[in-house]
Amino acid sequence: MKKRGFNLGYFITEGFQSIFSHGLMSFAAVCMIVACLIIMGSFSLLAVNADEMLTKEEEKNEFFAYIDESCGDEEIARLTEQVRALPNVASVAFTSKEDAHDAWVEDHPGGIELPVNVFRDRLSVHVVELELFTDTVNAVTALPGVADYSAHSELAQGFVLVRHAATILATVLVAILAAVSLFIISNTIRLAAFTRREEIGIMKICGATDSFVRWPFIFEGLILGLFGAVVAFLLQWGIYTLVMNALASSGVLTLFEMVPFAAIWLPVLGVFLLAGALIGTVGSGFAISRFLKV
Amino acid sequence: MIRLVGVYKEYDNGSKALKGVDMKIDDGEFVFLVGPSGSGKSTIIKLITAEEAASEGQVIVNGYNLNNIRRWQIPFMRRTLGVVFQDFRLIEKKTVRQNLEFAMRVIGAGRKEMNKRIPYVLELVGLGGKADAYPNQLSGGEQQRVAVARALVNNPDTIIADEPTGNLDPARSLEIMTLLERINAMGTTMLVVTHERELVNRFSKRVVSIKDGSLIRDVQEGGYKL
Repeated sequence: MKKRGFNLGYFITEGFQSIFSHGLMSFAAVCMIVACLIIMGSFSLLAVNADEMLTKEEEKNEFFAYIDESCGDEEIARLTEQVRALPNVASVAFTSKEDAHDAWVEDHPGGIELPVNVFRDRLSVHVVELELFTDTVNAVTALPGVADYSAHSELAQGFVLVRHAATILATVLVAILAAVSLFIISNTIRLAAFTRREEIGIMKICGATDSFVRWPFIFEGLILGLFGAVVAFLLQWGIYTLVMNALASSGVLTLFEMVPFAAIWLPVLGVFLLAGALIGTVGSGFAISRFLKV
Repeated sequence: MIRLVGVYKEYDNGSKALKGVDMKIDDGEFVFLVGPSGSGKSTIIKLITAEEAASEGQVIVNGYNLNNIRRWQIPFMRRTLGVVFQDFRLIEKKTVRQNLEFAMRVIGAGRKEMNKRIPYVLELVGLGGKADAYPNQLSGGEQQRVAVARALVNNPDTIIADEPTGNLDPARSLEIMTLLERINAMGTTMLVVTHERELVNRFSKRVVSIKDGSLIRDVQEGGYKL
């Protein structure tokens, strides 16, 4: 008798038939997958946006080191090199008190006239990582020739805290919701296997291999997972656009510039499909194991 | 060939179902396995189909030694067997043809082969015109014929019938037993577990009697006696 190997068409057909044979439970499973993916996706997108905003802030994050007035040109040049050589320093730029005065006048046309001697020679220091901002400030101010500094380190540390909190929250939620989704899809497939336990028994006694029995259920889980992922992606897209439009039209929140969905739709879809497929296949794999012991 | 050598079976709850059973069924034989309820008949069937493992002793089925069979080999051993149950175990939502296709698909048969084999087997069991009927549209006797056809469709070496006439009236029981005898005459080994004294006496085949987990009688062309 000619034997065929992996019968993909049969497994997919059986998977679809099984979904419709207990439609209500399948619908509930898809709804839960959609809900879990949207919650998971929303927090992940929040983290992505927070990270993007913080990265932008990091890019322009700098502090000023004011140079002692007793320093000459050679000392200033040496000090600049010393600062540049410090860890976590991205760049250093020297601004003389005359240039600082000119910049003030340019930035504040019609403003208060300040004499040049109000300003001081200074170094503009950009940092690489915001986490090390305070350490870098301390290292710079410890150098001889640095008289004072001006920095918003509390703000910088605040940014770091927000980003860490968003990342931890997103990670914890992803773990919890993935577990919940796994449990639900696993129960759906378990119910499907339970209603078909006699069929499974007949299959086994006729000589079906474990994989032959398992594949239709794996495909059922996969189909449910992928369908849930596509629905969740479309809803996520809508929700994201709504929030973006609401923020754009809000006068108060114009500070927050969200990443356009067009720039991230592909990775979002990819992650949703991967998460849906994983939840579906792993959940059904767990569920069917106990029914194979015949 | 089926061979049990010094087989003991003790279940997890401590009940001793078999106590040193020795039995050999050669290829092409027709054997009745008789005994009262709880005597160990079903345990023997479960050992042969590898649903249970012997606690002690050796079980060999169609060339497979079940004492050291690997899990992945069990399906292939089962493909040498066809099993008929008392309660038919047909899939109600599938037609007669689909029930047989289901059994053939399990072992990887293709459409062409199904189209060739299924009409032949249905003719053999006398259900040539019932291929598109659903089980609930058939009588008990006809349903059991479908079950026999399903057991036969993958051309097994041995058919094991566990109380095949238990749910049928005497006339239908006789029909089923005659059918099994005809299939045996074509070369398939037949092991029939039954309580039906009259049928056993009527067919004059080898009778193996079991009681309290021990084989107490093994007679060629014997009658039902415990």
